[in-house]
Amino acid sequence: MAIETTPGADRTQPAGGGPGGTGSTRAWWMKPAVHTALLGAVIGYLLGHWVGNILSYTYPNLPLSDTNDTPLVLGYLFGTVGWLAGLGVFNDLGRLMVGKPLPDIEHAPEGGLAKYFRYTLDHKVVGIQYLFGMITYFLTGGLFAMAIRTELLSPTYHIMSASSYLMVVGEHSTMMMMMMSSVVLGPFGQYFAPLMIGSKRMAFPRIEALGFWLTPPAYVILLSGILLGGFPTGWTGYAPLNIQAGPGMDTYAIAFGLMGISMILAGFNIIVTYINYRAPGMRWSRLPMFVWSMFTVSFLQVLAVPVLIAGFYIMIADRTFQTAFYVNQLGGSSYLYENLFWFFGHPEVYILALPGFGVVSEILPVFSRKPLFGYKVGAAGMFGVALLSFFVWQHHLFNSGINPDMRPLYMLTTELISIPTGFIYLVALGTLWKAKIRLSVPMLFALGLYFNFLLGGVSGVFLSDVPADTTEHGSFFVMAHFHYTIMGGLIFAFFGGIYYWGPKMLGFELNKTLGKIHFWTMFLGFNSTFLPLFALGLMGMPRRVFEYARNLQTLNDWVSISAYILGASMLVFLVNFIWSMLFARVKAAANPWNARGLEWQVSSPPPPENFQHIPVVLSGPYEYGVKDAPPVADLNPPVGVVSAAYAGAGVEA
Amino acid sequence: MSESTAAPAATEPRHGVRIVVIWAVLAIIADVLIWTVWRPHLPPGRMSVEAQGQQYDIAVMAMLCAPVLLFIWTYFAYALINWRQREGDEEDGPPIHGNTKVQATWITVTAVIVLSLFVFGTVELIVPAGAGAGEGPSPIWNPSGITTADAQAVSPPAWTPGGKNPLVVQAIGQQWAWTYRFPQFGGMETTTLQLPINTEVVLHVTSLDVIHSFWSYELGVKADANPGVDNIAFFKPQAMGSFSVRCNELCGIWHGAMFNYGHVVSQAAFQTWASGVQAKEQADGLLSDLPAYALTYDPTVIPQLGKDIVKVAGITGANGYYYPGPQAGTPGDPVSP
Repeated sequence: MAIETTPGADRTQPAGGGPGGTGSTRAWWMKPAVHTALLGAVIGYLLGHWVGNILSYTYPNLPLSDTNDTPLVLGYLFGTVGWLAGLGVFNDLGRLMVGKPLPDIEHAPEGGLAKYFRYTLDHKVVGIQYLFGMITYFLTGGLFAMAIRTELLSPTYHIMSASSYLMVVGEHSTMMMMMMSSVVLGPFGQYFAPLMIGSKRMAFPRIEALGFWLTPPAYVILLSGILLGGFPTGWTGYAPLNIQAGPGMDTYAIAFGLMGISMILAGFNIIVTYINYRAPGMRWSRLPMFVWSMFTVSFLQVLAVPVLIAGFYIMIADRTFQTAFYVNQLGGSSYLYENLFWFFGHPEVYILALPGFGVVSEILPVFSRKPLFGYKVGAAGMFGVALLSFFVWQHHLFNSGINPDMRPLYMLTTELISIPTGFIYLVALGTLWKAKIRLSVPMLFALGLYFNFLLGGVSGVFLSDVPADTTEHGSFFVMAHFHYTIMGGLIFAFFGGIYYWGPKMLGFELNKTLGKIHFWTMFLGFNSTFLPLFALGLMGMPRRVFEYARNLQTLNDWVSISAYILGASMLVFLVNFIWSMLFARVKAAANPWNARGLEWQVSSPPPPENFQHIPVVLSGPYEYGVKDAPPVADLNPPVGVVSAAYAGAGVEA
Repeated sequence: MSESTAAPAATEPRHGVRIVVIWAVLAIIADVLIWTVWRPHLPPGRMSVEAQGQQYDIAVMAMLCAPVLLFIWTYFAYALINWRQREGDEEDGPPIHGNTKVQATWITVTAVIVLSLFVFGTVELIVPAGAGAGEGPSPIWNPSGITTADAQAVSPPAWTPGGKNPLVVQAIGQQWAWTYRFPQFGGMETTTLQLPINTEVVLHVTSLDVIHSFWSYELGVKADANPGVDNIAFFKPQAMGSFSVRCNELCGIWHGAMFNYGHVVSQAAFQTWASGVQAKEQADGLLSDLPAYALTYDPTVIPQLGKDIVKVAGITGANGYYYPGPQAGTPGDPVSP
């Protein structure tokens, strides 16, 4: 296996980056980009719909489905393939098949904004595509949340019908749970995976870019569910309601499935990159905590998501071919779906939590000016969480009628997971001990995560206890619990990451005052929204209802108004982001935080090839205050050192 | 970095002791308040033995969790107040990479807390026979005097006021209402639930269509209603009054309206009510029209319902099993079985 420290001799073709390839002399509208992808998507959808119509007309059992599920499913699938083909995803495959030379992926992509709308193979471009994509997806999901809270202003006076309300709940929850699983792994994971380990590239740039370009179709298909009446199942999509539901259910399964494929691809790529593309001297014991979190999350994605996709595959078969895997009366089992879903669903919760831990573990030492306390404990905590998360899924089914003797077992595993989660807190407490804390905007968001996640984690202990769960299960208590862990954890980490790494990625600084206003409105708005929800849940308010008991109105109104404040904090962020980007552009320094991480040793934004030479890593990333600590890396190693390092590992350089 | 050893350890206040003292005071105050002030008001109240048990569990866990929360909060507050960067101080902090003693203590303490929670939770689950949660079709933790076979019996022995036999009630969920059948009263079916006080109740929960969940907040009972599956829960009302019953698993558009009230009444009043309803349903001919009492029902094979089952080319329609398929006349013509 050759590690590509220099472009291969056989790749002399000047590429121009990406599948535009040798055709860089073509007019812009002739090169594959979003507009050709849209064309491909439309053609693919019409083709798929047509094939589906033929199938369901000639196949005797297909008309049994209430609706035209088959044409719809095939339309979406063909449309997605058409979208990818229009982007040029398959061009290099075609080149390989006809024996043409491949473009050089390490060549800098074309400049300008156009590269962000193409199938560009540079991980830094993909990271920024993810960043803008995730902000869009998150704000869309947030708008649905505003609609939910508006409907819940009154227990009896409705602005939405019962079905519209369920549609909005389903869109909000699915958007947040499926799209946001890449909210940190997408932008920061893809962008910084090679930079943090001293690599010039990801292991599989095409797979990486494909991972991003699957998210826009997933987003559009999920939203198209609105036109089809939505789906009445929430994000869990329980059978047999999902078999009974209208055509909106197909959008749920296909959108979530596409996002699942994107998650598998991203995770797989990151695992391979971390194992094989570390610079010389980047030992496992020198990996930044963020890299550890991405590494463990990637394993979760690769192992858990296929189960979800299998579950959806069966659901689609039930809906189109009229199989009965999930229909109890016909010999199937609704428990099968519940188990398949939660076998993915619980690791998914940690897919959403671990990146947050990684981001704050990265931010904390920089602004405490101290080494990370208990580095190995922190890494072990992430592995412990990742491993245990596969053994807890039936705690979602405590009341469902599963074997009763399974419940103490799942109570035990669920409670055990708080031990490795506690490690993350130990690391934080130790790092803050006698530190020199600088309350910058990223640090505020990191501290916000520790505050919020603590409440989320402790409320999880109540839910893990089967007797207490009898009252709390399916109530607003659960809802508040997972918003505290996911929104209070992951989303705070996401914004902390934007303020921390934004200057490095985007090359401009974000306004600090607006950043602090953003943090405080978001932090107070968030807690004011979700803390009363614990009380509401304990007072007996179930999830996903549009009518509730009259005595709960005061608290619900309080929550709704707080939710508007929380929503307004996102506007503060948007104003800050757009203002800093377009109007008050302050060029970012290479290392504005005086951080030791490898990604901060290059310019902002990093040069196209990341590092001029493969760096040689000399010490860990958190050696703050250590006397005579060597610099984190030698960016200009003497000739021969890198090849000697690879030769030592038995790898041809 | 070179002159950072200016402050010798002796003059440095003992931060650890201070944090622990502040925390201990706060934790004791919090736990006393939880036990004396908050506990009587904690959910779900004391209307049944199971509800009271859950209230006790929630109180105990709150007393265990409050010190944990307070420790982290105290520490963070202390750190943010005392260990901020001073004006003009660009030095780095002390290079502490870890402390084996602290780490070992932390891991031991959290492990002990977690394992004791597990033991407590398991005892509190097994001793009150499932703590009001659905135990599935074959419960293994039964109230005293009831075996699993008793709980599963389709024709249980009669219930009488003051007698020893438990009352058997079946809650049937369908979109979007609950109905209740009483096998000890001729299998009569009602739309509201009345229960006698101080009687062990064996609750069977099942569904006719999608997954519902029987939740009575005040009684501390929650059990999913799965189609074709019998889910058994035990509870014992101990106070008279009304309670709510609602669906707790998203079951379609009117899930939010799948809500009703029930009443716990005296044993004599229950006997009068139940035998009265039975007699009326008998007289109206309703009892004979109902399908025989069973632990589960399949609406596709209940002839009384008079619904056609969609069968095409030997395949029973999974989707349209209540109504004929939409495209009558096309290659898949709905037929009766």
